[in-house]
Amino acid sequence: MGPVLAGVLQLLALIAALALAYVPLGNHMAKVYSSDKHWRVEKWIYKGIGADPNTEMRWPAYLRGVLAFSAVGVLFLYLLQRLQGVLPGSLGFKAIDPDQAFNTAASFVTNTNWQSYYGEQAMGHVVQTAGLAVQNFVSAAVGIAVAVALVRGFARSRTGELGNFWSDLVRGVTRILLPLSVVAAIVLVACGAIQNFSGIHEVGQFMGGDQQWNGGAVASQEAIKEIGTNGGGYFNANSAHPFENPTPFTNLFEIFLLLVIPFALTRTFGIMVGSVKQGYAILATMGTIWVGFIALMMWTEFAHHGPAFQMAGGAMEGKETRIGVGASSIFAVSTTLTSTGAVDSFHSSFTGLGGGITMLGMQLGEIAPGGTGSGLYGMLIMAVIAVFIAGLMVGRTPEYLGKKIGTREIKFAACYILITPALVLIFTAVAMALPTPGHSMTNSGAHGFSEILYAYTSASNNNGSAFAGLNADTQWFNSTLGLAMILGRFLPMVFVLALAGSLAEQKPVPATAGTLRTEKPLFTGLLVGAILIITGLTYFPALALGPLAEGLAS
Amino acid sequence: MNNSVTNTARLLWAGLRALLVLTLVTGVIYPLVVTGIAQGLFRDQANGSEITSDGKVVGSSLIGQSYNLPLKKGQETPMPDLKWFQGRPQNGLGTNSVNTRYSLILSGATNRSADNEDLVDWVTAAKAAVVKDNSVNGYTVKPSEVPADAVTSSGSGLDPDISPQYADIQVHRVAEKNGLPVDRVEKLVDDHTEGRTLGFMGEPRVNVLELNTALRELLAKS
Repeated sequence: MGPVLAGVLQLLALIAALALAYVPLGNHMAKVYSSDKHWRVEKWIYKGIGADPNTEMRWPAYLRGVLAFSAVGVLFLYLLQRLQGVLPGSLGFKAIDPDQAFNTAASFVTNTNWQSYYGEQAMGHVVQTAGLAVQNFVSAAVGIAVAVALVRGFARSRTGELGNFWSDLVRGVTRILLPLSVVAAIVLVACGAIQNFSGIHEVGQFMGGDQQWNGGAVASQEAIKEIGTNGGGYFNANSAHPFENPTPFTNLFEIFLLLVIPFALTRTFGIMVGSVKQGYAILATMGTIWVGFIALMMWTEFAHHGPAFQMAGGAMEGKETRIGVGASSIFAVSTTLTSTGAVDSFHSSFTGLGGGITMLGMQLGEIAPGGTGSGLYGMLIMAVIAVFIAGLMVGRTPEYLGKKIGTREIKFAACYILITPALVLIFTAVAMALPTPGHSMTNSGAHGFSEILYAYTSASNNNGSAFAGLNADTQWFNSTLGLAMILGRFLPMVFVLALAGSLAEQKPVPATAGTLRTEKPLFTGLLVGAILIITGLTYFPALALGPLAEGLAS
Repeated sequence: MNNSVTNTARLLWAGLRALLVLTLVTGVIYPLVVTGIAQGLFRDQANGSEITSDGKVVGSSLIGQSYNLPLKKGQETPMPDLKWFQGRPQNGLGTNSVNTRYSLILSGATNRSADNEDLVDWVTAAKAAVVKDNSVNGYTVKPSEVPADAVTSSGSGLDPDISPQYADIQVHRVAEKNGLPVDRVEKLVDDHTEGRTLGFMGEPRVNVLELNTALRELLAKS
């Protein structure tokens, strides 16, 4: 069997696994967010928080909950890193510098997990498990909560109430993320991912002498890193590190984990709005883009254009032998089309066009299938835009899922889709115009520009992967990327929740013969087209200067 | 005004309490429970899949090592010990610049692009070296036979494996340096070649540390 066929078979196996999980997980999540029963553990937690989980919140209250919880999260994680020098269980690592601590705190709270530090060389047990891994859970739960609030906005009428943030947050952790993570972590350990608290210790070597390892709670963090589409590795090499991703099976398993919730949420959405077919239409849109991108990626990586790869006879630079080109391509596309940003191979050493595909994936807004929660709400915003475009064509007020898309709604949606491109392009332009940021580049020419474009694309879209040649541990990059992550996470959430509130207040409009059938393949086609055209037009000039220039030159 | 400050403070307080409770659940209980199960059921794997030879730990089957000759005086880059099978190049491994207290193994890639001149030079040099080192009496390696993994650095810089093709072209050299018959070494490589998982996952590979350990045991016996 050739590597191309093996790559295709791995993709098919992945699709089959995702299909098997789709209905049970989607149904389960719908039940989690619709049930009015509280588990005993959850009651204790609510007592600890001092919040009543049964109070319905309107959108401003829901948003205040999200923002307060996240603000406290940034501050807590910042302090934890700043105090690392005096905390127990820190393995003797020093406190993290202020700019890097801010960057890392912003990064993990916003579900980005951009890392300008070397995990194994900088973070002790306490910061890793009680700081970074905790945000892996809660930032993902916040994402799902906001998505569920938007879905309730479509599902409910004449109320304006969107649910209870604390209850959604806690249930996301206790009923979805935690159980999945325990199972996944144990599977990973069984295959060779490490899970111990041995800290820094010496291990003998074949040729004599010792090597120093940093042992830690890796598998437990790896599991939620993928399930929560976080992506921040325990080690610098992330999922390329054999202790995080030891075998070809764990590699596919990790890809499955990072895709399973975002895809299954479309089922949850369908159930909650009362038509699973609406969920299928969204799923089909996500799936089409995801499969299309993987096909393109495999094609360009197997073709291995570029002087160094032609010389080497394959695009194996930055890729692991056990994983190979095919599975690395699937991982790279999946991690950048979700908000994960974990890597099992290094995107900077992909072919010029391959690097461009990872960037374009993020620039689509990470909606195919996107991050936990953020993928669904991002895609629903695009659906609103697509419905609006269709409405313009026939000259009638657009409606989606029985709700009128009026001036207010379309303003919120338009603001949402303008935020991230503005952040990416403005920050990139400023960084290129200033004299010093360019000194951080490892590569020169078009690829050097790509390193910076990639960094702001990744931060603003809360992805976290990198063209890691860029030395991002400078005050400029730590601060501006941190800012881009925070604005790129919470400004869109403001508009999502505002839109949700506005939709929930409406009374439903009955479907008529003139209503656009949003559960049909025609709508899926329209939605794919709208996403590609809107993003294509926004980013084409920047992409032409970077990956396209590099890809076409080779 | 006063009212809104109190409200904000109350909200932040609730946020902090939520964070602390969830930190206890996901940041303390969860990792400890997983560690307990892992250490109970999968002790070997959870502690790094160590390989022992002659009663001594020689490393992890998951972490690549270098098989170099000791540095001579004034020498900066070590020479490979051609007696042993060699792994992939490790140009991505940086030095520990973060703290000087430990010399931990640091994982990482080169992050060089396909048109980067350093990378082109590294690949060219690595290819020439593979051809030269492995062309021994009566056996010549053609440049076109050198697989990509032999001349590129991996993502982690700790790749424990090489492709079966790269192992095959090292067979004659290893046999000659150790005074072993070629078919003995060939058989050793075959025994340590792992195919794709279930026939389609990942790529076929040879674990270099396991192979070299077996080679050393073979040498000790003969």
